[in-house]
Amino acid sequence: MELLEQFARGDSEAFEALFRQFQGEVYGWIVRIVRDPGAAEDLTVETFWRVYRARSRFDPRRGFGPWARRIATNLALDHLSTRRNETSLEDGFQPPCSPPDPAIGADVREKVAAAFGRLPVKLRATATLAMIEETPYGDIADALGISTGTVKSRVFRAVRLLRGDLQRMGVEP
Amino acid sequence: MNPSDERVPDLVKRALGPVADAGLKRDLWPRMRARLDRPAIHMPWWDWALVAAIILGFILFPAAIPAVLYQF
Repeated sequence: MELLEQFARGDSEAFEALFRQFQGEVYGWIVRIVRDPGAAEDLTVETFWRVYRARSRFDPRRGFGPWARRIATNLALDHLSTRRNETSLEDGFQPPCSPPDPAIGADVREKVAAAFGRLPVKLRATATLAMIEETPYGDIADALGISTGTVKSRVFRAVRLLRGDLQRMGVEP
Repeated sequence: MNPSDERVPDLVKRALGPVADAGLKRDLWPRMRARLDRPAIHMPWWDWALVAAIILGFILFPAAIPAVLYQF
């Protein structure tokens, strides 16, 4: 608590201590959303830069982690929106960092990735965390600043859109 | 819910796969330090005065706005 209060008062050593304590957690959260380790590093630094600039508005009683995670989530969503505008739809979703199920053919994988990449950014981020990373709905809700019910609704809408898109591409889920 | 809707999350998870290693590979503090040391873009007071004068000019003489826009 004392460290957080020192940070809120503008103590740069307290900020460094918090950075070292939370950089891994913030990076881990961001990389799960953007699925690009290089971009996740950049966004982690940007997150802490915004945290640093907003230190006077930080309330030490509310905890540092959730606050940083919410800022990180907003930045990750902005990143996905920008990348969506910069890349063609065919580029689809980033390749997975872990090996996919070998029982799924490359053709189906590409179509699923393309369909996922076409989801609206907010649905895509929510669906990534809920469906792929299996993050608890409560954690997703806290990070996105929405209710658990809205998380469920977004996942439901994402599933509907994905099913329709996959069926149009000849993939029957 | 359509029965195939229930299979979509499983298909997506198996096709795309979760991030295998979400651990940070290196300390990002040196980059953070460089970001903090980068001088913030500072706009001198006379630039602010110029912007204020232009806005005031547009408020006092709105007919000038189309003429200015025509130049762009």
